[in-house]
Amino acid sequence: MITLPRRLLDNIRRHWQLYLMALPGFAIILLFNYVPMYGIQIAFRKYAFSTGFSGGQWVGWKYFEKFFHSYQFSSLIRNTLSVSLTTIIFSFPVPIVLAILFNKIRNKRRQKLMQTVVYLPHFISTVVLVSIMTMMMSSNSGIIGQWAMQLGYTSVLMGDPKLFVPIYVLSDIWQHAGWNSIIYIAALSSIDNSIYESCYIDGASTWQIVRYIDLPCLVPTMMVLLILTMGSVLGVGFEKVYLMQNSLNLSVSEIISTYVYKIGLQSNQYSYSAAISLFNNIINFFMVFLMNLIARKCAGISIW
Amino acid sequence: MAKKKNENAVIVSRGFSIFNSFFCVLVFLIVAYPLYYVLIASFSDPMMVSAGKVVFWPEGFTLKGYEMVLEENDLWIGYRNTIFYTVFGTLINIAVTFPAAYAVSRRDFMPRRVVMLLFVFTMFFSGGLIPTYILMRSLKLINTIWVFLLPFSLNVYNFIIVRSFFETGIPEELHDAAQLDGCGDFRYFMTIAMPLSRAIVAVIGLYYAVAHWNDYFTGLLYARDLCYKPLQLVLREILLVAQSSSQTGGTGSGYAILYVISMKYSIIIVSTIPLMIIYPFLQKYFEKGVMLGAIKG
Repeated sequence: MITLPRRLLDNIRRHWQLYLMALPGFAIILLFNYVPMYGIQIAFRKYAFSTGFSGGQWVGWKYFEKFFHSYQFSSLIRNTLSVSLTTIIFSFPVPIVLAILFNKIRNKRRQKLMQTVVYLPHFISTVVLVSIMTMMMSSNSGIIGQWAMQLGYTSVLMGDPKLFVPIYVLSDIWQHAGWNSIIYIAALSSIDNSIYESCYIDGASTWQIVRYIDLPCLVPTMMVLLILTMGSVLGVGFEKVYLMQNSLNLSVSEIISTYVYKIGLQSNQYSYSAAISLFNNIINFFMVFLMNLIARKCAGISIW
Repeated sequence: MAKKKNENAVIVSRGFSIFNSFFCVLVFLIVAYPLYYVLIASFSDPMMVSAGKVVFWPEGFTLKGYEMVLEENDLWIGYRNTIFYTVFGTLINIAVTFPAAYAVSRRDFMPRRVVMLLFVFTMFFSGGLIPTYILMRSLKLINTIWVFLLPFSLNVYNFIIVRSFFETGIPEELHDAAQLDGCGDFRYFMTIAMPLSRAIVAVIGLYYAVAHWNDYFTGLLYARDLCYKPLQLVLREILLVAQSSSQTGGTGSGYAILYVISMKYSIIIVSTIPLMIIYPFLQKYFEKGVMLGAIKG
């Protein structure tokens, strides 16, 4: 046991330059990621500005119970899950389909052009995306709103609670499906062309090639991405939902992360807000863990 | 020559090929049309936009929307701030990420596993909004330029990409040879490793720069005064104000209210154009970046 620190000291002495290079990054992570983790304890304390993270009176599970018994609890969970699960179910397959079909474009120039176009929306900011949506779906300034009006649809599209999740998911697919297909395209391009040729000689149809060559090749990538996505099942991105919120759709658009923001920073209930986000965080963490376990058992794939 | 031709041949049946072309045209239209629509609507007479007459090209060409954008002083302050945050933020990002990734990629660096574990853990668990906010407040970072530059200047995902590149993209013999010649890690990193990784610097720099340019969250939480507000925050505020004034009647004549539509479309174009200009030049690097990221961390 005593030899370990000595070995480390020797290592530092010999390679001090490496330690110096790692130091800024290490310090940034420690300060901005781990100090807040230490601060999680305010979820169990009555936080006061003057006393800091660890000075408040210990109240145990009080704020958690308050959250579980609050009338928003079930609607928050329901809204968060409906946004995230719908997104996963509908967004997940699209990049795979795009990749398989793009991979089968014969003309390489056209293939590149398609890729360039579908990656583009990924670089648009959420603020701009939501603004474009709002503008286009408004009946007095945009073409989608005008179509809807002609079809006899009278309410504001962006304010309709029934349309909130569909709009969220479709715009998510529009923005990210192309970008997310890159990784599948890369996996497909690693398939040796001689495999395709022998399939062709044996008279396999295109569908059979997709079913028995392309898809199996993508399974490992799919599993890893699925595990990572499941980790965010309760961690739906704050920004887009917050920006899409309005007084008309609040009954379906209030999710855990927007609620944490409002309770914490708009009504200054720091401890309560911290407790809700801790609850959220722990569930996310276990979802990744669980998915990883399932994937390892079923397919022998794991992210760690 | 013959071999190359063979490699490029994709074998698909005729029927499938037709279906695929059709599908691609459809995808192209779905992705490109909304962007195209914003562009033509920004140049169109708002009466035409409002009446649904703008479909394929600008109707009643006007630059009034862009003139109104020029008068939005807040927007230009936001623009200036965001350019500053993007340039210096990205420089800091690279200065922090690359040396750390290099160190962790070296086998001689004993705590590499521990450091890696500590970094990756933050991808799955965080302190949450409130403790982070309290920390920023205690560090007196709120309403300063530093809150846009320093916190989270190392993105773990990007860090993993860079580390994978240093591990696999640069031959180990190079390091051995340099070491034999008495070249320390500093010099090796600056004179050999960094120049060899120009492509990866471009990719990671782009990722960071786009994140800075599009960042709304940091501004929402930590910027109070206009002189610190980033573009996205100002943009949102302008669009919201314009929206409510156009709904409630607002001030000015009906025609001025109508031009708010042009202004809103123009402001979207103005705030997105820099990214759209850089985009085609960097496109060839994207796949490289994602490929390297796919290597298991």
